[in-house]
Amino acid sequence: MTSQAEPSELPGVTKDDEPPLAAPAAKRPPRFTPEGRIGSEGKVLNVFSHGMLVIWGLLVTMPLLWAVMSSLKTDKEIFTSPWGLPSALHFDNWSRAWSKSNIGDFFFNTVLVVGCSLVGTMLLGAMAAYVLARFEFPGKRVVYFMFVGGMSFPIILALVPLFFVMKNMSLLNTFHGLILVYIAYSLPFTVFFLTSFFKTLPTSVAEAALIDGASHTRTFFQVMLPMAKPGLISVGIFNFLGQWNQYMLPTVLNTDEDKRVLTQGLVQLAASQQYKGDWSALFAGLVLAMLPVLAAYIVFQRQVQTGLTAGALK
Amino acid sequence: MQHGKYRFIAGFLALPVILYAIFVISPFVQAIYYSFTDWTGLSSDFKMVGFRNYDWLLKDDLFWKAVGHNVLLLLVVPLVTLGLGLFFSFMLNVGGRGRKNAAVTGVRGSSVYKVIYFFPQVLSIAIVALLFQFTYNPRNGALNAFLGGIGLDGLQQQWLADPNFALWSLMVVMVWSNVGFYVVLFSAGMSSIPRDFYEAALLDGANRVNTFFRITLPLLWDTVQTGWIYMGIIALDAFAVVQIMTVGPGGPADSTQVLGYYVYTKTFHDGQAGRATAIGVAMLIVTLIFAVVVGKLGRRERLEY
Repeated sequence: MTSQAEPSELPGVTKDDEPPLAAPAAKRPPRFTPEGRIGSEGKVLNVFSHGMLVIWGLLVTMPLLWAVMSSLKTDKEIFTSPWGLPSALHFDNWSRAWSKSNIGDFFFNTVLVVGCSLVGTMLLGAMAAYVLARFEFPGKRVVYFMFVGGMSFPIILALVPLFFVMKNMSLLNTFHGLILVYIAYSLPFTVFFLTSFFKTLPTSVAEAALIDGASHTRTFFQVMLPMAKPGLISVGIFNFLGQWNQYMLPTVLNTDEDKRVLTQGLVQLAASQQYKGDWSALFAGLVLAMLPVLAAYIVFQRQVQTGLTAGALK
Repeated sequence: MQHGKYRFIAGFLALPVILYAIFVISPFVQAIYYSFTDWTGLSSDFKMVGFRNYDWLLKDDLFWKAVGHNVLLLLVVPLVTLGLGLFFSFMLNVGGRGRKNAAVTGVRGSSVYKVIYFFPQVLSIAIVALLFQFTYNPRNGALNAFLGGIGLDGLQQQWLADPNFALWSLMVVMVWSNVGFYVVLFSAGMSSIPRDFYEAALLDGANRVNTFFRITLPLLWDTVQTGWIYMGIIALDAFAVVQIMTVGPGGPADSTQVLGYYVYTKTFHDGQAGRATAIGVAMLIVTLIFAVVVGKLGRRERLEY
């Protein structure tokens, strides 16, 4: 893990991928300061800080490792020695969870829903944000605040009427209904973020394209979108994780057993398997849901960290 | 040209605005309207009842219990999360041994810590909630087994099944899953504070605790305030942890009932959608009050550097 994280600090290795939003950590040349008091206090602090940092590191990783370990045990081992190592690695738990407990189906449902929602969110969000950032028209401020206001309202308040809106439009328990809802609820942050991002881009390139005879639409797709790539990546990661991890919306709006997404499928699996006592398959399901996201995060850690925190740094 | 411009604007805005109006704006507006009706949510006939739902609400014990729990969450969870976030990011950025002759450096391997701390942030709250439901399990959970293993059997509890501990157990989960985000967020802020500030202060005889309160915190204040609002919204929600982890859910003995889950039960179990939306409106009011209070308390002169 050290070898993965350390190189990212070297300039030129991953700097190219870094969106310009993130304040680059200024690397300062070493400077000479008087030794003595500062140094010794620094050493005590160094031991103390490493100690505290390691403790929190353990607190974060232990529950995760415990789940991975339990997913490879037999049910008996889970009960008799919760912290013991598995006597043999029971990967059959994983395959049982994947096929018999339908984790595989939930996984593909989630891929389908999130894939379509993400494309829709990015496209519609970028279109609205571009217009709001670059054009003057009556009612512009109203539209902007309507979108941005949605960020601070508790979704649960809208959920009850939303359920009946969906019911009346025959969208309950359908993938396309869920996709439309995901897109709609991702728009506030996407529009907010991309509007300020489009404002930071230079206007000259787009003007040149227009003078050369490109239409507004063509300028948007062929000039502005490529220029906005760093911002699109940040907000794309934010939306992907938000939609992949969404729990409340599918729980209320998508109760059909065959159409469950990963999060709700797992929760319902937990409710049924605890009675059956099949704890090992349950842990395996949890781990199967956890690992792809964690693996993707470790590969794209820098982008994910900036993508998720970029909105709060504004 | 002008004509083309407006056609273009309308063309680009139409779809997002329509979608947003149908699925976001209209439900919010309807929610406020329904809170003045006796709608069950099941049949299509209902009538206006004025403020009767709100009268009921003010006299409902469970509502006040839920408000109390939400207020407690609102006070404890952001405070602990942001406190730990600030503490660890300060350790990461300033706790280093003075290598390379710089007075103030980050600890070795700080990016590794950040990667690990951020793990819970990429997981769904549903997965985190399940993970901790298993962890807290009194019979085969990791927590009691760990306490037993190091000889602290006396500290073993029923956790989620004990009304005295259930809500606190949920708070631990909310803190656990959010600290990493703030460590990364605050670290980004701290790394843009010029090192000279620390060096000057240390040379003037300040210790590192002083530098935290006199330099780091004031310069990060805007970010901390944003974080406070984010965490407040998370603490007010708490729907997923309550619904997934607690017995009942909302129990034992209503000790973990929160507004978000109360709205859900009133609609989908009790068939009282009118009352449910009134609770939702109350929740909106609490959110707005909270945002105003944080804005007022946190208002300080913006420091440029």
